[in-house]
Amino acid sequence: MSFIIDVNGLTKQFGELTAVDGLSFSVAKGHVYGFLGQNGAGKSTTIRMLLTLIRPTAGSISILGQELTHHRKAILQQVGAIIEKPDLYTYLTALENIGILSRLSGVRLSKADLLQHLERVGLGERAASKVKTFSQGMKQRLGIACALAHNPQLLILDEPTNGLDPQGIADVRNLILQLSREEGKTVFVSSHLLSEIEVVADSMLIIDRGKKVAEGKVAELLHPSETLVLLDTADNAATKTLLAQTQWQHFLQEAAEGILLQMHRDEVPALNRFLVENGVAVFSLRAKHSLEDYFLSLTTPNQHVAAYTD
Amino acid sequence: MKYGLLFAGLFVASVAVAQKEEALLQRVRAKMEKVNDYTAEGRMKLDVSFINAPASKVTVYYKKPDRFKVKKAGGISILPKGGVSVNVNALLAGGSYQTVPGGTSTVNGVATTVVKLIPTDEASDVVLSVLHVDEKEAVIRKAVVTTKESGTYEILLNYGAYTAWGLPDKVVFTFNTKDYKLPKGITFEYEKGGEKKVEEKAKSKKGTVEITYASYAINKGVDEKNFR
Amino acid sequence: MWQLTRIELYKIFKKPRTYIAFAAIGLIILLIQLAMYADGETYLEFMLQNINAAFDIEGKKLNGFFVFYLILHTLLVHVPLLICLVAGDAVAGEAAMGTLRLLVAKPISRTRLLLSKFIASSIYTLLLLTFMAVLGLLGSVALFGVSDLMVQKSDMFILLDKSDVLWRYAAAYGFAALSMMTVASLAFLFSVFADNAIGPIIGAMSVVIVATILTTMDIPVFNALKPFLFTNHMLNWKGFFDRPVDVREVLKSALVLLAHIVLFVSLAIAFFRKKDVLS
Repeated sequence: MSFIIDVNGLTKQFGELTAVDGLSFSVAKGHVYGFLGQNGAGKSTTIRMLLTLIRPTAGSISILGQELTHHRKAILQQVGAIIEKPDLYTYLTALENIGILSRLSGVRLSKADLLQHLERVGLGERAASKVKTFSQGMKQRLGIACALAHNPQLLILDEPTNGLDPQGIADVRNLILQLSREEGKTVFVSSHLLSEIEVVADSMLIIDRGKKVAEGKVAELLHPSETLVLLDTADNAATKTLLAQTQWQHFLQEAAEGILLQMHRDEVPALNRFLVENGVAVFSLRAKHSLEDYFLSLTTPNQHVAAYTD
Repeated sequence: MKYGLLFAGLFVASVAVAQKEEALLQRVRAKMEKVNDYTAEGRMKLDVSFINAPASKVTVYYKKPDRFKVKKAGGISILPKGGVSVNVNALLAGGSYQTVPGGTSTVNGVATTVVKLIPTDEASDVVLSVLHVDEKEAVIRKAVVTTKESGTYEILLNYGAYTAWGLPDKVVFTFNTKDYKLPKGITFEYEKGGEKKVEEKAKSKKGTVEITYASYAINKGVDEKNFR
Repeated sequence: MWQLTRIELYKIFKKPRTYIAFAAIGLIILLIQLAMYADGETYLEFMLQNINAAFDIEGKKLNGFFVFYLILHTLLVHVPLLICLVAGDAVAGEAAMGTLRLLVAKPISRTRLLLSKFIASSIYTLLLLTFMAVLGLLGSVALFGVSDLMVQKSDMFILLDKSDVLWRYAAAYGFAALSMMTVASLAFLFSVFADNAIGPIIGAMSVVIVATILTTMDIPVFNALKPFLFTNHMLNWKGFFDRPVDVREVLKSALVLLAHIVLFVSLAIAFFRKKDVLS
């Protein structure tokens, strides 16, 4: 499988603060890839690094098979993006905005083509209106139209449903699915809502405080029988090292109360047996909540693993 | 007593000589009287340390007895105040004065008789005029005028084609200038920096105006509006 | 590059703020012309009192050339503030509006992006100056006619023949363009550092105002500073109204201004290339 985005050990520090910490992930061609995390988790910083707005402190980014910093121009010609709020030139009309922005992406479109792009997001009739008269939802749709105008292979959408009404949210979802299924585009879409991502994404990446929490196929990660196991042993560090060499390495991490692992419910007895056979002194082993609940906790403000695992 | 006689004798002598000078001035004046007015074309050059003006073509208007105007067609001309005095006619024209002989001198190689005029009118700005008169042509070659207000100025005259009318070809007027200084806050000036040049101190306090006449149109009438 | 610059110009001229400067300049010029038309003689008397004491000045003293000189003399001190308004907005305005991140995420190098913005700001500056020259010169000549030009310096009174004036205005226009571009590049540099539009405008204006005050105050302590102030060199357009023109000094000033432009723009680019766009 060829990867459209391939990120390795991406790190960004702002002074003392580490906004993104050793993040690695890959986005497959033609997929809708969900990027999930709470506000402030480092999503925007990551997206800005993908778009060369921010220089990474460490790590590498490769897009469309090319290293980003060295092939910036060629890569960005194939990328369309909405970054946070859809801010546009408010004193220009919708048509002028999309005209300028597509020109800057290196394509010169006829007025008819531009109008067609506006039609697609339902702004055909407002083409000649100044953007300052637009509602947040209209700006968001215009932002999407601008991101699509130069027919990019990769779309990076940062919270594209922000500020939209339910109908608008549904429209954006359908548009994302259509772009992916019918036009074969790869869409990298971020959100702080799991519900948003799970309905459109094929794969997803969850980050918390700059670090990767989970990555995988949405269907697998959110399978009801996938569960989170909390394990407490005499020597958690050694146990973690031991488990890292097994099939249970997935999502393996040390939390305050013990070791967290992710696995299929049916595998829990096998884990138990493995620990006993390897002479690990187990104080407790609990199958906790479903993964989905856990992710929900991650993406809901003010709730964290520590609080949840109690 | 003896001395008294001597004084009396000197006085008589001086009066006698003065009569001779008076006669000479009469001749000069008579020549000038022939000119009622003129319009002359010429070139004026102003040389004052703090004025930088190009030499330019001017038209000079004159009308008896002492109306005088220098104009630059479509442009601006600068003359020292009392520029009227560039015209010597004014010196002789009006007023009463006492004539005192001053011997002889040579102006630009021409022998002249020196006549001093002391105005008798106490209100007169002129205190003393020293005229160097060319007896042969009956024209003034040089005049040094001392005034109360503007100090001493000097007029040098050269004659050529219009000698018969007593009109000069070239007049050089030398006068005293005052200092000129404007605050830089008003002029918004560029500051060069570095040491100020010494030449500023050495700036001459004398200025000159030089008018070279090319042609005169004499007694053809001059429109009044030219003097406004 | 031209393509980018055209887009920048398009944006500039679609912004209402752009026209403030044109309106302000037009208004000031008209006011000066009106005032001169109504009461110019009194003003002249006042200006010339120093020289009038000893000299008679004959001719059309109040003419189009004189009025235009007066306009330049007045406006070239204030136009920089108007230029700050647009140049200071160039990058910071986009940052404040949130469109800078769109631009930087486009397949255009940041250097080219910034250069096109600077060129667009410069073209704006030139247009402003041209507007000023056309309205100021043609308007004044139409109203007051032409004659010789009197120029007063602190220690010199200069009279320029009317046939000797136009080339000086043309040269002064070129020099003024350089001066105004220096201001534009300064505002531009400030613009790169800020994420709001007001900061760099105020910042650049403050620098220009302080430097101008230092330049125009005739105080010995400041005089020593003056050769190092770009605002002092900006005044050297008047050098073209000297006779003879001190070519070396004018050239020196022009080079100083050019060096400032290169420095400010290079700094702006160097900083912008490294900047993390967070707005």
